[in-house]
Amino acid sequence: MKVVKNLYRDKLGRASFIFILLVMLLGVFAPFIAPHDPLAVDMKLRYAAPSWEYLLGNDHLGRDILSRMLYGIRPSILWVFVALILSVCIGAIMGFIAGYFRGNVDAIVMRICDVMLSFPIYVITIAIVAILGPGLGNILIAFILMKWAWFARIIRTSVMQYVELDYVKYARAIGRSHIHIIARHILPVTFSDIAVTASSSMGSMILQISGLSFLGLGIKAPNPEWGMMLSEAREVMFTRPELMIAPGVAIVIVVLAFNFLSDSLQVALNPQLRKPKNRSGLKPFKTVLNEKEVAK
Amino acid sequence: MGVFIVKRILITVPILLAVSFLTFVLISFSPMEPAEAILRAQEVPVITDELIEQTNEKLGLNKPFIIQYIDWLMDCLQLDFGDSYVKNESVWQLVGPSFFNTLKLTVVSSLVIILFSVLLGVICALQEGKIIDRILRTVLFVLTAVPTYWLGAILILFFSVKLDLLPTSGMSGMKSYILPVIATSLGYIGIYFRTIRSAMLNNLNEDYVIYGRSSGLSEKKITMHILRNSLQVSISIFCMSIPIILGGTVVVENVFAWPGIGSLSIEAILSRDFPVIQAYVLIVAVAFVIFNMISDILNAALNPRIRNDNS
Repeated sequence: MKVVKNLYRDKLGRASFIFILLVMLLGVFAPFIAPHDPLAVDMKLRYAAPSWEYLLGNDHLGRDILSRMLYGIRPSILWVFVALILSVCIGAIMGFIAGYFRGNVDAIVMRICDVMLSFPIYVITIAIVAILGPGLGNILIAFILMKWAWFARIIRTSVMQYVELDYVKYARAIGRSHIHIIARHILPVTFSDIAVTASSSMGSMILQISGLSFLGLGIKAPNPEWGMMLSEAREVMFTRPELMIAPGVAIVIVVLAFNFLSDSLQVALNPQLRKPKNRSGLKPFKTVLNEKEVAK
Repeated sequence: MGVFIVKRILITVPILLAVSFLTFVLISFSPMEPAEAILRAQEVPVITDELIEQTNEKLGLNKPFIIQYIDWLMDCLQLDFGDSYVKNESVWQLVGPSFFNTLKLTVVSSLVIILFSVLLGVICALQEGKIIDRILRTVLFVLTAVPTYWLGAILILFFSVKLDLLPTSGMSGMKSYILPVIATSLGYIGIYFRTIRSAMLNNLNEDYVIYGRSSGLSEKKITMHILRNSLQVSISIFCMSIPIILGGTVVVENVFAWPGIGSLSIEAILSRDFPVIQAYVLIVAVAFVIFNMISDILNAALNPRIRNDNS
């Protein structure tokens, strides 16, 4: 795979990729790695400073911050990742249908997308949380419901570029089935656009979802989540500001890693971008970071 | 141009209708019956079927769905969003002032964003590849990854608590704008300055620059030309950022206790005050659509290529 090779050659991209993989593994295997029970309350250890036993110290209920951080990877990153993959899949299916078949189907799908994209993401999430009640699951549902439209639109544009190409026309002329054409001739070439769009969304989604947990609309109380931990730390912000360090820094680093990875992925998939002298090739892929525009 | 504007407005009308319908449906889907929700919120001790029936009658909840929607829409057009379930006030009395508070924060933030994006974008483009460019790009790239609420808390700790310069929260005078505006803008500056920088760099290789240079224009004059052409981008960014920020101030408002529509909505969710939530969703979505329309029209006015593409 050329892409993997390109990505591997990019030091920052490689480091980000390995880091993200590592964090995800830590989250998956949190029960085996975490030194303590993340929910175990010990009032004797309230606000204890870091020690060898508790590497990052203890919070306002004497719970081990390190263990809570490790378990927090699950809702803060792993579940966000699952939601992202689901909405990309829905978006890809709709985008392919719209971009490949065109006509009325296309018009209908695009009008639905227009309506979905007329709601800022926070607003729709708040509406859905108002109906279904607070909870991480409901927030993820809201995100999947909204985000697919964004992906569908980008993927449709990408698909349309290739549908009219000669080799696709030829495949159609010799009577290949639609499924075959999409799977063999269009999916592989649009895959790079899909990957770049998806990866550039991940960072902003982590920020948004942790923000909603921070507002108290996400995960329920004793369970650890990074945004939630920051919200708890805010209560004692003026007396114990140090509690804000670990979750905040963790979010920044993980989001940065995803942003770096997305930039490197873009270059790896489209090596033209690498030559800085070639200004005409420097036009940044328009979706990168624009994702944040949808809502922060 | 006139044709484009009319077309763009005509597209907006059905979208607005769909948005309002979806808002109405969404809230009607709530698992609790509205009558029951009202009685609960008013803390009526025993809720009987009779009482629910009476409330339904009073609020016209027995009518067919579509009629209810049309009634509701007509009321909304006259800024009558009904009464709050919880507080003894009309929804507009609650939502109206807080919406304008949010709008103020949004507009000020957008101005700050555009000012600094252009400034930093131009500096980086002129210094491309040099130390300043690299440092600024790195710092701003990192800032895009910082959660707004965390940044807000740090700002409060540093400027309000440690230095005691600015108020920690609320909306009292010019000073209280500073921290919320910084917290809102920094992330966006990190995104938009990149756009301006690359717009400048793209312009550097355009024919008119080469022509200007070959006919002996001074570098200063050429830079002015490039700047003017790149500023188009910044105006469209300004228009685009208003709706986006408007839809995303919830978190910042919460951190700084800004009396805006975002804080109000969170309060409404926790007390299950559905008319307020409904009004919030509708007003912000409508504002979002309208600002997007304005930004499209302005973009087209500035850039004839877009106009022709769409027609």
